[in-house]
Amino acid sequence: MSRLTANLGTLGRRLLQMASVVVGIAVINFCLLHLAPGDAVQVLAGEAGSATPEYIAALRAQFGLDQTMAVQFARYLSNVLALDLGFSFRQGLPVATLILQRVGPTLLLMGTSIGFAVLVGGALGFAAARHAGRPLDTAISILALLFYATPVFWIGVMLIVVFSVWLDWLPVGGMAQVEAGLTGLGYAADVAQHLVLPALTLGLYYLAVYTRLTRAAMLEAYGQDYVRTAVAKGVRPHRIARRHVLRNALLPIVTQLGLQLGSILGGAVLVETVFAWPGLGRLAFEALFQRDLNLLLGILLCSSVVVVLANLAVDLLYGVLDPRTTRS
Amino acid sequence: MSAHNERPVLEVEDLSVAFHDRGGELVAVRGVSFAVAPGETLALVGESGCGKSLTAYALLGLLPANARARGRVRLEGRDILGLEGEAMRRLRGARIAMIFQEPMTALNPVLTVGAQIVEAIREHEAVSRAEARARALALLARVRIPDPERRFGEYPHRLSGGMRQRVMIAMALACTPAVLIADEPTTALDVTVQAEILDLLDDLRCETGMAVVLITHDLGLVAEHADRVSVMYAGRVVETRSAETLIAAPLHPYTRGLLAARPRLGTGPRRRLAEIPGQVPLLGAMPPGCAFAPRCPFAALPCRETLPSLDAAGSAAGRVACLRWNEIRASEQSAAPLGA
Repeated sequence: MSRLTANLGTLGRRLLQMASVVVGIAVINFCLLHLAPGDAVQVLAGEAGSATPEYIAALRAQFGLDQTMAVQFARYLSNVLALDLGFSFRQGLPVATLILQRVGPTLLLMGTSIGFAVLVGGALGFAAARHAGRPLDTAISILALLFYATPVFWIGVMLIVVFSVWLDWLPVGGMAQVEAGLTGLGYAADVAQHLVLPALTLGLYYLAVYTRLTRAAMLEAYGQDYVRTAVAKGVRPHRIARRHVLRNALLPIVTQLGLQLGSILGGAVLVETVFAWPGLGRLAFEALFQRDLNLLLGILLCSSVVVVLANLAVDLLYGVLDPRTTRS
Repeated sequence: MSAHNERPVLEVEDLSVAFHDRGGELVAVRGVSFAVAPGETLALVGESGCGKSLTAYALLGLLPANARARGRVRLEGRDILGLEGEAMRRLRGARIAMIFQEPMTALNPVLTVGAQIVEAIREHEAVSRAEARARALALLARVRIPDPERRFGEYPHRLSGGMRQRVMIAMALACTPAVLIADEPTTALDVTVQAEILDLLDDLRCETGMAVVLITHDLGLVAEHADRVSVMYAGRVVETRSAETLIAAPLHPYTRGLLAARPRLGTGPRRRLAEIPGQVPLLGAMPPGCAFAPRCPFAALPCRETLPSLDAAGSAAGRVACLRWNEIRASEQSAAPLGA
């Protein structure tokens, strides 16, 4: 009971820390974006073609862009603290609504890619470590190096050319066939089909990372005294590999996973653009070019919350995997 | 310590261990022979690097990949040197078990101690989880760990060094092996804990009748805890005899040096500890004669040219590998005719 409350106390402290991190990120984002020249009004006016200075001034007043930077900043911060992300004047919708529409597909893409990379990469690294120095190890290591060194956008385009254009097995882009009007399992199967290529494209690089990491971590663990103990007590080799070696090698893998969740979200921007995947990354890309700062700030804030939460999950997982990190 | 007339359970004959490198072969253990009877403790004594641990690893097939063992090892009458894979696995932990020097790192940090003992049982015997658990609890009690039920579920980092070595012993005894090899089991522990662990090993040996090979650099432990001693120097056994006679009257100049270098509790003024001058020869540069000759105060010309064989010497089935042991003893006796 006391242990549970201690754990809850730790969790509460962590959540508080995370909240301050997110607010800090919001402040930095605001300052950075306002350093860039241009605003949404200039873009709107440019698109309209013949905008008078009076029209521009009226728009700025309407959006609150005529206020001083300090006032805008104070407004932004108080809105964020009240969980109000503001309004996208470009899209004519509240930022929160736009983000909620797009966050699901991005999480689906990220989760599938990273899951694929960790599971398949882990299995390949496991096999390579068990056959270290033999042909299978060499083959896996070369494959991993190839994926590691190939640019993500090139893999994406090549996958489209081979599997969509030549073989016509998989769709070129998008997340679902709009015209089919599928529901339930049919819809899920359709989305899964659309998911294969973007998830592969995003995941292959990380697959290489986790193959190499698992192999290295396992070889490191093989040299430890407790493995010698396991051999000396007559444990079967495959059981040593799973229970003693892999189990300990998971710790650096999970650490790396926590560090990489941020970068994989960044990678999603590119992949979503190549595959017309309706996610946050593409929305951010559009918002950036339209100087839709409210939307961009909202997306950045939302991304930082995702990364921070994912890191918390990894930390909690770490506590489960390594009994030495749990305080008693 | 009793006389042992039984057939030896472990016989090692002419065991050599060599490392293979691109440059060729480095021989680290040369022609080591010994035998241990059930219920007997044999101590393998020597400085670090003398090949005593490598000898132990060779017995269990735990040598590094670039090392090869030659010679003959018989466990319960069966040749086991060179056994590989499943055949060797079935013996490890079941018939011949080992405990190590560093209890802090020898246990897996992410598994509970109970799970690690249960694993040792279930890898060799087809027993149910519940039965294995009951046996593991009994083993923890047997190695005198208080509150076994609670300790069963603990992770190694929550236990002290002495406790962990007890867990290692419990694990080694899980399948009642015929031979236990203890590789410097107390070197990493406090002195008081050392004595407890060695007493525990003695008691368990008497209860189970297993043979113990105690590897140590500490001659002080030998007097109390071993029946017989083999002293190793530079990969060879240089003297082997019963523990009592070895301590009372060492024959080989190296053994004499080791005994003289022991710190002793006494009443007299504190003196600087005696030391053996010089250094152990390198593996690749063994002298042609006796390896100890360059450091030996008694060495004569033949010592540097002829390799002494391990011959019967003194009483109680002792053997010594020294060309001059008889001369040295004779000169001592004439110099001090009234001495013991």
